[in-house]
Parts: sequence; structure tokens; C-alpha cells
Amino acid sequence: MLAQDTILKSTFDVAKIRQDFPILSTKVFGKPLIYFDNAASSQKPWKVIKAIEDYYTSLNSNVHRGVHYLSQKATDAFEESRKKIAAFINAAHDHEVIFTRGTTESINLVASSFGKAFIQQGDEIIISAMEHHSNIVPWQMLCEEKGASLKVAPINEKGELLMAEFKALLNDKVKLVAITYCSNSLGTVNPAKEIISCAHNRNIPVLLDAAQAIQHLPIDVQELDVDFMAFSGHKMYGPTGIGVLYGKEKWLDKMPPYQGGGEMIKTVTFEKTIYNDLPFKFEAGTPNIEASICLGAAVDYINEIGLQNIHEYEQQLLQYATEQLLNIEGLKIVGMANNKASLVSFTIDKLHPYDVGVILDKQGIAVRTGHHCTQPLMDFYCIPGTARASFAFYNTTEEIDALVVGVKKAIEMLS
Amino acid sequence: MTINETQDELINDFSFLGDWMEKYEYIIQLGKELPLINEQYKTEENLIKGCQSKVWLHAEFKDGNVFFTADSDAIITKGLVSMVIRVLSGHAPAEIVQSDLYFVDEIGLKEHLSVTRSNGLVSMIKQMKLYALALQSKT
Repeated sequence: MLAQDTILKSTFDVAKIRQDFPILSTKVFGKPLIYFDNAASSQKPWKVIKAIEDYYTSLNSNVHRGVHYLSQKATDAFEESRKKIAAFINAAHDHEVIFTRGTTESINLVASSFGKAFIQQGDEIIISAMEHHSNIVPWQMLCEEKGASLKVAPINEKGELLMAEFKALLNDKVKLVAITYCSNSLGTVNPAKEIISCAHNRNIPVLLDAAQAIQHLPIDVQELDVDFMAFSGHKMYGPTGIGVLYGKEKWLDKMPPYQGGGEMIKTVTFEKTIYNDLPFKFEAGTPNIEASICLGAAVDYINEIGLQNIHEYEQQLLQYATEQLLNIEGLKIVGMANNKASLVSFTIDKLHPYDVGVILDKQGIAVRTGHHCTQPLMDFYCIPGTARASFAFYNTTEEIDALVVGVKKAIEMLS
Repeated sequence: MTINETQDELINDFSFLGDWMEKYEYIIQLGKELPLINEQYKTEENLIKGCQSKVWLHAEFKDGNVFFTADSDAIITKGLVSMVIRVLSGHAPAEIVQSDLYFVDEIGLKEHLSVTRSNGLVSMIKQMKLYALALQSKT
């Protein structure tokens, strides 16, 4: 068993880190907020909050088109942020980083543009059984439009992708593999490198939904050799309404624009439009300038703490929470993969997750309940949903202890 | 008893309950006491889907009044449903259509009405009023 003091002896100064997040001192129903809904959206450090203030007090202007001072400054900050994000994931080129509204839009961009260029009737797209609706529905829509088929790689009871079954699905008809790096419902971290390597052996490109991985694991897109990767700003301590699509230049160059409008063009006549270069080809209209710039501040903050440190500390929290929660009679953890990110999804005998969530909320503990936008996965486990506690590096073992007490109280009240 | 009198009675019941825990214990108790919908009516057609919990609702028209029975898979939702049924069941369609369910707010459970996607309660109330409206137009 992992002793609490082992974690406290870690080099990680959680008390100091918590001071960077003002919202963590909030009281809910008179109790200190315990925020375990990080997989849905994470809290923001002062560095990001301050960057938002700085943007509106010293930078606010439209980007790329203005010749005036403020526009130049805003453009510089905007492109500087793109560079930071490219470096963060080790993209080969800054222009492989496309700003979007979030993971969902990033996936839709690929479904629409890659789909237009490369998917035809009879083709196949592979996803997995643990996908979030955002990595199911766009492909269903594309398949319906093109007469292609969606194939689903199965998982085992522990919530791990069955690699042999996945490999068996790879054939010449498959034109894309779109799989989550880390499951938002189970915490499973998929063997991304192996998945990509297997797909590439058959010249099939791979899209990774990294919405639940980018904030937990160091990711190097060149080392992974991934073709597309999608993630959101608000889950990685940045603002809402901003996300990233990483795409290899060789694919992005061949794909048609996602949307038409300003910025994505070089010249427009009523007869013909010449599209702009990357990344602007995929960034029609005025972008979310504030959030794009402040996502760079979030990346700076994560870099200061160090993703490896974050990963190690969160893994300790995961282990501690797993051990403590499994001591509760009737509690079952859904998703027991060997390689997991820091979240624990659980059910309790005869109790509905909604009821458990409401009782925990009244004790100041924020967990997510329901199907987590993974309804097919809940059907696989034959459950209506789970209660999910997802941890960030500002969470503590004391908070996990409070969760255990809270769950026991919920059981007592609801049974 | 009129719809508003029943609501006031519920508000009065809750005024004796101290903290959130007592309130929820009472709601859970009401959920357990809810006269269940006849199994034959627990169909897909009678299912009201919230994002998280499900509610089955059946309406019956008898002697000029509408009588509701229901069930839910979540006990807190079931308790809330139980209260709504206590307030609206057995009244004339016109009364149900015109009713203003202020009691949920008054007893400090507003979040269950505002979180429209989570528990199906708002959809249930809407459905009850729609039943009543349909019956009103027939009478």
C-alpha cells in the first residue's frame, strides 16, 4: 500500500502549487471545495488569469491584418503562443499547429477536410470501443455521407484495447485510425506508439484524441510519428474555447480548407480563390485571439512545473485513490487498465451515480457523474454511468480521504 | 387541496428540516414511498430521458382529473418526482397547465430544476403539462 507520507515526501510542493489556483480556496455549501472534475475542465492558475487580464489591458486587437502597433503586438503574441505549443508537443513546424475551438472542432476539421480528400465509398475508418462521442459522431457522419464503414476495435473488461483485434481490423480498405490516447471514462492510456506503428505498416494515418492525455503525459508528436492530434485548452489549465489540431504538414497540405472566409485566403476573385498557406488555410475568420495567446501562458505554467513531475505525482494520487476507494464495500472501479491516467470511475452496488454525485456535491466534493459522453462504453459495461473522480496535480491525498468519507456518507444515506 | 395549497404544505414540511442532509434524507424517503407506475406502463414511450437519470411517467384521465404515476432509476430524482406528483396529480387539466411550481425553488432545491440536462425533472414537468394540455383541449 502507498502510504500517505510517501506522497508527502515527494519533491512536489502541492501546498505551494495550490496557491497558484485562486478558485481552490472556494467554499461550497460551507465546505472547502474539493475539485475532482478535472477531466471535464481544469482550474486556471494565476499565470493564465493574469495573461487574460494582460491581453485586454495591453494587447487587444485583431491579428494578421493590421498595420498598426497593437495589431502587430497581438499578432506577435498570437504566433509566439503557436510556437510554444509546437515546442510543447515537439512539432516539426509551427504551422502544423492549427488553432481550433477545442478537441471536438479539431476532430471535425479532420473528418471534414481529410474526409473530403481521402475517404470514398467502401473505405473504412477504425475507432475504439472507449471513444468519447466527439470521436465517434464526426466519423459516423462522414461514413454516412461517403458510404464508408466505421469499425470499432474492442476492449476487454479491464478497459484495455484488444491489440490483436485492433490489428486484425487493419486492411487495405482502412483509410484512417482515430483513437483516444486516454479514455475520459476509464482512464486507460492506450499504447499510442504501437497503434501508430501498426497502422503505418499499412500506410494508414492515425488521429489521436489527446484531450485527456496532453495534461498528464509528455507527448512528442515526432517520436510518436502521429499524423493528427487533437486537444483542448481548458483541460490543460488554459482558457475555454480554444484547442489545437496538430497535423503533419504532408497531410495538411493535401487537405482542402475546413471553412471559407477571411484569413484562409491569398486572393479572392468572384471566379477563383487561392487558399492561404498553413496554418492559416485552416483558420478562417477572426480567431479566439485571447484564448490562443493565453493557452501559451498555460503551456509556460505546465513547463515550469514539468510534465514528468506532474505525471509522477498524479500517478501517486491515482494509486492512493484506487487503494482507498476499493476498501469501500460495494464500490467497483470501472476501468482497471494497467496503464491509466489519474482518474477513477466507479459504481456502487444498488446506487445510481446521479444520487452519489448529488450527495458528494453537498459535501463540497465535485465529481462528474453519468455516461461521460461515452454511451456505447456504458452499454458495454451494462451500467447507466459512473461517478468519476479525476485528479490534477493540485489535488491532495487529504482530499481523496475526504472523498472516501463522502462516498461512505452517500452509501449510508442512499441505502 | 389546491395545487398551491399542496405546494405550501411541502414548503412547510421542509421548513422544519435543518440542514441539507435532513432535506435529502426526507427526499430519499419520499422517493422510497412513491407509488410506483404499473410495470406495463414502464415503456420506452413513457420514458423521459435526462442526461443521467431516467423517469417513466404515466397519465390517466378519470372523472375530469389527471392522475400521474411514475418511477425513476435514481432515488433523489424519484423523491423529486414524488413531490411533483403529489402537487399535480388528481387535478383538472386546466389547473395543471396553469400551475406555477414554485415549491422546488422555495425548499432550496433549485439546482434540480436549473440543471436541465441532468435529471429529467424539467422534461417530466413539461410532459405532465403537455398531457394536461392535450386533455384540456379534448374536454
